[in-house]
Amino acid sequence: MWDYVKLAVLALVVVVAAIAASMARDIAYLVHMLVILLAAVITFVWIIRRVGEPVPAHNPNEYMDGPIRYGVIATALWGVVGFLVGVVIAFQLAWPQLNFEWAQGYLNFGRLRPLHTSAVIFAFGGNALIASAFYVVQRTSAARLWGGGLAWFVFWGYQVFIVMAATGYVLGSTQGNEYAEPEWLADLWLTIVWVAFLLVFMGTIIKRREPHIYVANWFYMAFIITVAMLHIVNNIAIPVSVFGSKSVPVWSGVQSAMIQWWYGHNAVGFFLTAGFLGMMYYFIPKQAERPVYSYKLSIMHFWALIFLYIWAGPHHLHYTALPDWAQTLGMTFSIMLWMPSWGGMINGLMTLSGAWDKLRTDPIIRMMVVAVGFYGMATFEGPMMSIKTVNSLSHYTDWTIGHVHSAALGWNGMITFGMLYYLVPKLWQREGLYSLRLVSWHFWLATIGIVLYAASMWVTGIMEGLMWREVDAQGFLVNSFADTVAAKFPMYVVRGLGGVLFLLGAVIMCYNLWKTVTSSGERKPAAAAVPAE
Amino acid sequence: METYTWLRAFADSWHLLFMFCFFIGVFIFILRPGSNKVHDESANMIFRNDDKPAGADKTPRMGRHDEPKEAR
Repeated sequence: MWDYVKLAVLALVVVVAAIAASMARDIAYLVHMLVILLAAVITFVWIIRRVGEPVPAHNPNEYMDGPIRYGVIATALWGVVGFLVGVVIAFQLAWPQLNFEWAQGYLNFGRLRPLHTSAVIFAFGGNALIASAFYVVQRTSAARLWGGGLAWFVFWGYQVFIVMAATGYVLGSTQGNEYAEPEWLADLWLTIVWVAFLLVFMGTIIKRREPHIYVANWFYMAFIITVAMLHIVNNIAIPVSVFGSKSVPVWSGVQSAMIQWWYGHNAVGFFLTAGFLGMMYYFIPKQAERPVYSYKLSIMHFWALIFLYIWAGPHHLHYTALPDWAQTLGMTFSIMLWMPSWGGMINGLMTLSGAWDKLRTDPIIRMMVVAVGFYGMATFEGPMMSIKTVNSLSHYTDWTIGHVHSAALGWNGMITFGMLYYLVPKLWQREGLYSLRLVSWHFWLATIGIVLYAASMWVTGIMEGLMWREVDAQGFLVNSFADTVAAKFPMYVVRGLGGVLFLLGAVIMCYNLWKTVTSSGERKPAAAAVPAE
Repeated sequence: METYTWLRAFADSWHLLFMFCFFIGVFIFILRPGSNKVHDESANMIFRNDDKPAGADKTPRMGRHDEPKEAR
């Protein structure tokens, strides 16, 4: 019976999508409708081939690892795609000729840049967060995921959102809000998927068989709930037509800017920080085989982080039309945020106290520790850059880009790689990874790549900031904008090379994980550990 | 505008006080006497239930390789 309801709904979706596609006012909307149509048809066929078959029972005595396995694969693949696009646009900045004439309007920097940011943040990071949230919440609640097949809907629904967002960027459908580029149709779909995600997560917590909710779950919960709130408020918009992708935002003027950066900074704070801290508080103790250094500190870290982060957004709008008091408020909270961030970093690092020798023998722990180190570095750099006087030099320069990447590649990237290396042998019941030597290679390529990236961006960012403000004795500006662009060329090349190394490391990881799964049945003991070079 | 005015006043006074007290209260509660045992227990719970949910031992134990087909 339930199957027939699903089939009827899907058939309706197919018809509506087909009609909407035929009425489409722009190419992006047309493609989105075709994506929805295709997804609905595939799901329809998948269900109809299984009608009448006995329904697979959801055994509450087993964990539901299927969507997590898919999520791990999606994380690795989207990661490589996102890093690759990043490398391409890095070289487009160094050599503008790479904005090919034949691809103008589709593959030039302006179109690929949001594709890169969304691919790494939402496709790579988002899949890592969903997969690890499902894994951690089951293990720490000692209960199977709530909601039957709903977790599958979350996984596949999220991939549909990613495809809609990505095709939209290339075809020019964008709201123009950084990190909130998808237009209203994709936004509505993401809202549905996200509510399902929240239901699965909360349902599992509610039926947990452990008395306490482990701290990682608190971070995941804050991440899910806050991102839902941010997403809805920042994306309130009225579509121009239900058959077109364009919409008009409800917010205007400085309120619009403030809401955008309230969203933007908390996307960093709750998507890229709170969610990944959930990973840190589970996977580092597990990999180190020691409980977290101080559980008290972890709870303080949680409350202080969520109480302070939500106010830090205005530091993106220093010296703008935003009222001064709001700018100062944002700056003050950003500086205060330094304390819980470093409390968390110390907590993560000190989890290894008494087991520091693992840094020599276990490249996965090394990756996680470097991730926490970059977390500490970025959460020092960020508050510093939010100080108005520092910001007057750093804002609009590549220093910001360097800051974002040392945090995103160093903290989010490295902790995710560590998580993947931990999860794959667990999820596919392997004795260990295919090769620890390749993990070491990945570690060093990624680390050197990040160092090249961050260092070149510091140099070029501070240089261009100083060039922009340089005046001669008469008070005239010394440099034209084009002078600064010319001066930045060598650093842009170095940055691109750093990206290549990071991408290479991720490709090695994919190979390693693939071999871990496919060199199956062997269950051979892990290869001999490689000492730290 | 009336609504804005009283909401603004409320946010600046009573709600601010509430959030401040809640925040301090959380820290006091974390550091309460006797919390060490609870926190040690919580910190170590990640080391159990790794392979199957709690209470699953009543079913016959299966080898790691012949786990049943994943329910979809």
